[in-house]
Amino acid sequence: MSAKCRLIVFCLSAIPFAIVYLAAAKNLPPWGHYRGPYGDVISSLSVYERHTTDVVNAIDYDYRGFDTLGEEYILFASVLGVMLLLRDPNPKSGTADEGQGLSKTVKFGSAACFGLLLIFGFYICTHGQLTPGGGFQGGVIIATAFMLIYIAENLKSFKAITSHPLMEALEALGAGLYAVTGVSALLVGAPFLTNWLPLGTAGDVFSSGTIAVISASVGLEVAAGFILLSYTYLEDIISGGGKVS
Amino acid sequence: MIAFNLIPYAVAAWIFLCGLYGIITSKHLVHTVISLAIMQTSTYILLLAIGYRWNAVAPVFADISPGAVTVDPVVQALMLTDVVVEATVVALLLAMVVKVHEKAGTLSPDDLKVMRG
Amino acid sequence: MKIAGSLLLMLIAISGFVVVRTRNVTAQILALSFYGLILAVMFFFFQAPDVALSQIVVGAVALPLMVMLAIARMQNRDRLRERSRSRER
Repeated sequence: MSAKCRLIVFCLSAIPFAIVYLAAAKNLPPWGHYRGPYGDVISSLSVYERHTTDVVNAIDYDYRGFDTLGEEYILFASVLGVMLLLRDPNPKSGTADEGQGLSKTVKFGSAACFGLLLIFGFYICTHGQLTPGGGFQGGVIIATAFMLIYIAENLKSFKAITSHPLMEALEALGAGLYAVTGVSALLVGAPFLTNWLPLGTAGDVFSSGTIAVISASVGLEVAAGFILLSYTYLEDIISGGGKVS
Repeated sequence: MIAFNLIPYAVAAWIFLCGLYGIITSKHLVHTVISLAIMQTSTYILLLAIGYRWNAVAPVFADISPGAVTVDPVVQALMLTDVVVEATVVALLLAMVVKVHEKAGTLSPDDLKVMRG
Repeated sequence: MKIAGSLLLMLIAISGFVVVRTRNVTAQILALSFYGLILAVMFFFFQAPDVALSQIVVGAVALPLMVMLAIARMQNRDRLRERSRSRER
């Protein structure tokens, strides 16, 4: 189909779609008047049942933890796919020369922010059961901290840290720890992924049982996964030129 | 007014159609992938609009009593999964785009119509 | 409150359209980052702090980062191809 033909077909089908959609949207609850019962039930019960103050993470890692297990394995499979597609079968050793010449302020500022971002990422990871945040957000913040090393043009350190086989081991450890936490509930005699650890007091860091453990393992997996992703995309540029097919 | 109550649903449909328009009229494969990401964000607006209450608070009870009226937390848990899936889909699609560029040398969808072994 | 919400939604609609109409890919990355930030502001307005954190971290940082890395890698390959072609000549 030519481009003009595609555009005409799109316009002809977008208008009936919009009409039918808006006619159906009239039956949804009006904006701001949420009706349904489940949200209110979980909001009022979750603090007493699970001793956690963040209801959204309690739903994610406990009430509906099985879906999050699948979601973490989607991330794992996607990182695996990217590495399979883009990894060079004959990796070159050596690093490219340090190029552009950013000013010293940028380099110093990036290096100074690295420690701050790392600590902030750990804080968000481990406090998922108390405040908004949790494993996924903290993990990506940690991965961004490692990208700062690349931006500060410290290519040798970036390559040494992110291409280390420990990164792949950490990602697999994070993904496996989630499943192990679920299986450990089977060993205690409860169904898969039951929250069987002692629940503690709501508001403490060590509270709400397996939610804290799962949040930390998800953070580990996501951080290592995104670091591997960024190294795979940059492998060519760091080793100073790739194979031209 | 009925129109005011439909505003977020209409914006969700508009963003969806914008993303679809971007995919159809795209001349660069990376532009296609970004338009797909825009299409995925339309579901966030729809889900959040369903679970919203005027003058309610966030479902975090760190500093308020557990009996307060909150917005719906179930929909927000669904959206967290949605955001993660968007990131992973875009990562994998971009890897495929890089491979296409390696093999075919061009990134325009109109030049890539014929499948080659 | 209602007016602020409606204005935010209008801004999101306009931003989304601008992202799609930007043809230059390097400029589109910045537009995508801005769109992600505006979405995160809207999530804060809708009383969803968890989702807003996720959206900032993914839609405004990680997604533009990945697109930039992909484009950098493709431009690197182009430059190497040009260099090897000019060397053959």
